[in-house]
Amino acid sequence: MADILRVEDLRVHFKDAAPNRFAVDGVSFSIGEGEILGLVGESGSGKTVTAMSISGLLPRGKADVSGHITLDGSEILQCPEAELLDILGEELGIVFQEPMTSMNPVMKIGPQIEECLRVHTKMSKAQRKEFAIEAMMMAELDEPEKIYNRYPHELSGGMLQRAMIAAAIISRPKLLLADEPTTALDVTIQAEILQLLQRLNREYNMAILLISHNLHVVRKLCKRVAVMQRGKLIEDRPVDEIFNDPRHEYTQKLIAAIPTRDKKLY
Amino acid sequence: MKYAAKKLCTLIITLFIVSLLAFLAFQVIPGDPTTQMLGTEATEEARAALRAELGLDRPVHIRYFEWLSGFVRGDFGTSYSYRIPVSDMLADKLPITFILTIMSFAFTVILSIPLGILAGSARSKVMDVIITVIDQITMSIPAFFIGILACFIFGNIFALFVPGDFVSYKESWGACLGYMVLPALSIAIPRVAMTVRMLRSSILSESDKDYVRTAHSRGNHRRAIMVRHVLKNALIPVITFLAVSAAEIMTGSIIIEQVFTIPGISRLLLTSISGRDFPVVQAIVVIIAAWIVIVNFVADLLYQLVDPRIRLK
Ligand SMILES: Nc1ncnc2c1ncn2[C@@H]1O[C@H](COP(=O)(O)OP(=O)(O)O)[C@@H](O)[C@H]1O
Ligand SMILES: [Mg+2]
Repeated sequence: MADILRVEDLRVHFKDAAPNRFAVDGVSFSIGEGEILGLVGESGSGKTVTAMSISGLLPRGKADVSGHITLDGSEILQCPEAELLDILGEELGIVFQEPMTSMNPVMKIGPQIEECLRVHTKMSKAQRKEFAIEAMMMAELDEPEKIYNRYPHELSGGMLQRAMIAAAIISRPKLLLADEPTTALDVTIQAEILQLLQRLNREYNMAILLISHNLHVVRKLCKRVAVMQRGKLIEDRPVDEIFNDPRHEYTQKLIAAIPTRDKKLY
Repeated sequence: MKYAAKKLCTLIITLFIVSLLAFLAFQVIPGDPTTQMLGTEATEEARAALRAELGLDRPVHIRYFEWLSGFVRGDFGTSYSYRIPVSDMLADKLPITFILTIMSFAFTVILSIPLGILAGSARSKVMDVIITVIDQITMSIPAFFIGILACFIFGNIFALFVPGDFVSYKESWGACLGYMVLPALSIAIPRVAMTVRMLRSSILSESDKDYVRTAHSRGNHRRAIMVRHVLKNALIPVITFLAVSAAEIMTGSIIIEQVFTIPGISRLLLTSISGRDFPVVQAIVVIIAAWIVIVNFVADLLYQLVDPRIRLK
């Protein structure tokens, strides 16, 4: 299986942090084509910073990033901004934790979903809309025509997260970063969104980096899980092995954590 | 549409209350207009006769409704001092003040939005300091002082125009607007500085929001993020601020008219206040209030256009 993403010795240091305090400290892992990798760890362990490094979204002036990240052959960390922008939204889709604040409140849902096409293709408005409707149906949004003209505040959190997913997959990226995609949602909707991610993974052979503070959330979807603690990757093994034979006390604690929506954890 | 209708109702009620206050205020303010008109030596009979002539002997509420019904028909009453209709006195002067006000307002909007975007996009610390300092300075110079400087520099040194050589719009629109550029700019400059500061901080705080990160994650260029995402959000508080400015711009215009000797309502307002020519003052107060209320009405409509969340409330 060819690797779609390779992260080698990633190190991130925020300029305003203590000199020896690395937010991400020598992390290496890879994701194969069409694979789902779970990335778990408690709040503040560096999961989001890792994801932001992969997407090149860390503010370049605020953080020192070293190591190598290759996405489908392109080097992310050293590439010029224009090249990075070509990759974002085209080969890499991202779903964030808070659907409510991750959408532009004064822009209709439709244009936000089709924005990747607007940026990366020369499609006409009508064509884009066609694709947007299709992506919304893929994301299992009912009445896509109606929702297309709605504003974010008119939708529920679950619907918004579906819309975010539709926006992220519209260009059929090879890798989807999902950073705590269900943490802000109700338990029942959590399960639906996870199923949706699984379906997208199967139908489009789309690799997913599924980030969560909750090991039980990723267990259902991933064959392999990586565990982060204070910036370091301490385990990267098949999920069954981790559950049967956790090597670290920290991992045991994550397993013991009650599988519910615990707001204090993230 | 329901929103607009609601706002229109508010507008009418506000105007009504303002007119009532403007009218009542001049009933309560001490000082008898007949004393001004006839002098302190006048006999009580002469004053009573004048009061009857002016209609001042009738009950307040009747006079108010007469005044109001005249007002909406464009009859602002009769000047105590000159015994001619107030509307005739205002006819030549009011449009000039309005032209100046609207021009100043237009300059404020046209200049502050691009400058605010520019200032909000500055990314280095040095630019940050430069912008803040320039902004602070321009903001703290009063408009009339800028006007005096402009008169001196462009009138006396470069002789680009003759201060006082005003041409009415009735003769030539071009010359009239040309003469008003400097006064309008004088009013606009401190306002622009304030609006730029406002827009800049609004842009900076919007830029930290999650949806900006999302826009970036879709491959948008920084400029596209500013234009397509940040700007509209950042303008929401600025619209309110500009609407509030409209009031100050109008009063600013009245002051600057004195500096550039523009024959607007400025002098008339001053002489009517000191001469207790209440019908004139009342009319001007209500007209200024109407301008402010109408600008705020337009701002409310704009607000709703920009921010879909408003429509729910
Ligand atoms: N913009 C930032 N500036 C400084 N420090 C940051 C910033 N973002 C994250 N950090 C630090 O990096 C560490 C990892 O954070 P994060 O990746 O968000 O954790 P999580 O695993 O909960 O997603 C934390 O200690 C956090 O304080
Ligand atoms: Mg996080």
